[in-house]
Amino acid sequence: MKPLKRLVENVEPHFAEGGKWRKYWPLFDGFATFLFTPGHPTHKGAHIRDGIDLKRTMSMVILAMVPALLLGMYNVGYQHFLAIGEQAAFMDIFMYGMWKVLPLVIVSYGVGLGVEFVFCIIKGHQINEGYLVSGMLIPLVCPPDLPLWMLTLAVIFAVVIGKEVFGGTGMNILNVALTARAFLFFAYPADISGDKVWISGVGEQVVNGYTGETALAQFAKSGGEVAAMGGQSFASQADFLWAGFIGLIPGSVGETSTLAILIGAAILIFTGIGSWRIMASVALGGLAMGYLLNGFSGAFPDNGYLAIPPITI
Amino acid sequence: MAKTIHLKKGLDIRLVGEAALSIEPASVSDTVMIKPTDFVGIKPKTLVQAGDEVLAGSPLFFDKNNPDFKVVSPVSGEVVEVVRGPKRVLLGIKILADKSVRSLEFPRIDAQNADADTLTHYLCDHGAWAFIRTKPFDAVAFPDIKPKAVVVSGFDSAPLAPSVEFLLKGKEEAFKKGLEVLAKVSGAKVFLTTHTKANSAGWANAFSGTENVAFSGAHPAGSVSVQLHHISPLNKGEFAWYVHAEDVARIGTLILEARFDGSRRIALTGSSVNKPMYLETIQGSSMASLLKDQKLAETEFGNRIISGNVLTGDEVGQDGYLGFYHHQVTVIPEGKHREFFGWAAPGFDKFSLSRTFFSWITPGKKYALTTNMHGEHRAFVVTGEYEKVFPMDIYPVQLLKAIHNDDIEQQENLGIYEVSPEDFALCEFVCTSKIESQSMVRSAHDLLYGELVDSRKEPVHH
Repeated sequence: MKPLKRLVENVEPHFAEGGKWRKYWPLFDGFATFLFTPGHPTHKGAHIRDGIDLKRTMSMVILAMVPALLLGMYNVGYQHFLAIGEQAAFMDIFMYGMWKVLPLVIVSYGVGLGVEFVFCIIKGHQINEGYLVSGMLIPLVCPPDLPLWMLTLAVIFAVVIGKEVFGGTGMNILNVALTARAFLFFAYPADISGDKVWISGVGEQVVNGYTGETALAQFAKSGGEVAAMGGQSFASQADFLWAGFIGLIPGSVGETSTLAILIGAAILIFTGIGSWRIMASVALGGLAMGYLLNGFSGAFPDNGYLAIPPITI
Repeated sequence: MAKTIHLKKGLDIRLVGEAALSIEPASVSDTVMIKPTDFVGIKPKTLVQAGDEVLAGSPLFFDKNNPDFKVVSPVSGEVVEVVRGPKRVLLGIKILADKSVRSLEFPRIDAQNADADTLTHYLCDHGAWAFIRTKPFDAVAFPDIKPKAVVVSGFDSAPLAPSVEFLLKGKEEAFKKGLEVLAKVSGAKVFLTTHTKANSAGWANAFSGTENVAFSGAHPAGSVSVQLHHISPLNKGEFAWYVHAEDVARIGTLILEARFDGSRRIALTGSSVNKPMYLETIQGSSMASLLKDQKLAETEFGNRIISGNVLTGDEVGQDGYLGFYHHQVTVIPEGKHREFFGWAAPGFDKFSLSRTFFSWITPGKKYALTTNMHGEHRAFVVTGEYEKVFPMDIYPVQLLKAIHNDDIEQQENLGIYEVSPEDFALCEFVCTSKIESQSMVRSAHDLLYGELVDSRKEPVHH
């Protein structure tokens, strides 16, 4: 670590005021503060400060997403092998999913951070840590087989329009990950909705009884029963709900497992980074809106979706 | 039975270096310095020059914005330097102190029978008015603006702060007299506040004529603006006075003994001090004299010497002097070290409001925190941290944004007259984005105080 520290300290003057690479200071600063915490002391105001900074805060959020990411990787493989009707070992299942999901993560981070670096160099700002979270969230809200070029466009759009035009992290009025998702939805609806996209690598070969229909679509049709999803069938409604809670149903990479997401929520609330009030209000708001629309189902008998009650156990 | 107010929000930063409850006289300070920069919004005009002989109680300078209040010398001796900065701004008056203090003898006043105006003039003329400050703004009070309440905080909740009860030990008579004078001069109710933990013996109940209010909870429970918010909230155009308890005793001494009491008791604290303790010293005394008998810890980047506490104090250095309103000196190590992957380390040694470091495993541990910033400045991020340490019914982040945007109407709606910079010290401490909020509130108050001063001036006729 000593030689590395010396290296950082030796090249620093070149990027500092008056150095030959002054323009690229944000780039240097981004890497240097990634390796070593900045050694700045306080100058005015409180002489001592809390150990926390935005890097630590964002690290905690990323940590909270890891359960959903890992379970998502496993589930991508699990759904694939179920759909094509092949038996596979645990590691094979996980490796299949990892090879599907990892490129999404790499492209998301690579492209997003690239855009951030360009903006920071142009504006002379420091690199903000906000994208470290967005970069992970975006693959988690995408279907596993999303073409990488679409993801690239979505990330560029989201970072530029969702964040940088407002001035970067802390100034944005849109959530970057959801902006990416919304962009994909409106630009390439066929690749992010419908029956075909939620299970990876399903071609001609599918198992008997395979259905690509989503749970909502089945609910809307049958009025409350989900007998099968992808290559698996459920003996009872409780079986289906349990699979949904654990996360072994088709869907976007990180969305399927209620359990993994709850673990993430617990990490956020325990560390003090997340607010249970915000989480609870999202859930309650969703429920209230669901019931409200439920009330209109009589007026629109053709729309089966409106008749689905938000809670069905 | 005193009223008790329970505060749930706040944070006690657990630091090493609390002063032991023993007191010694500090070595005599060769020079003392009184600094106009310790007073908010002041336009000082000096009344002495280098070479002048002064006694304890001789006026040194006055404020052109508030000409009734004068600052007097705490010691007898010779003015050796009138220190000025750029544009001839008066930075301080340095006095070479005599070995033993000779006081200017003031005429005695019969406080019992004197009316409020006479008493006010007496305090103004003899240097005691400088102890009376106002909320909002924290400037010295205008004698003609009567307050709606007077608050004397019987405890200091800041990190390593001195015990107010201990500062007043042996000065109870003078303290009592001071409270009486304050009640008479202000014409308002005097609140004496205590903390449920410190006030075990019902200390405050010994002082009649005041309304006693007890607080429970962590810092900033001792902040006068936090207390006022719960006792008697301030609206626009309303003022409250506050005086530090030890200064109340000095007002009392002025009345009882007709001399200016320039003595001061301070707590010498911090992890870099080898014998944290209380010292009997003089207002404006030099750090050199206060630290003479101490061996400061040897640290990689040196030590920071702070007049005041670690949250709101001023860095004064080895050559500096004790601030006018400070009852504490803190010495902590400077922290300029870079830490390898510090943001990812487990952090058993990092103090944090959050549980993002594993230091949450040791909830009672005390820390020797350095001056390291632990991060870089960032834009506001909605973290909910400020709200956890801000025990008032006020939105701190929204108020800071209104200050950032220079939107005075919005600031007023969000409660700018109820807060003080010191109330934001903890926000500043816990901030993920390392935003300097104390100076933001200070600048907003400076602007509003300037408007108040301008409105009091005679209209100019051309």
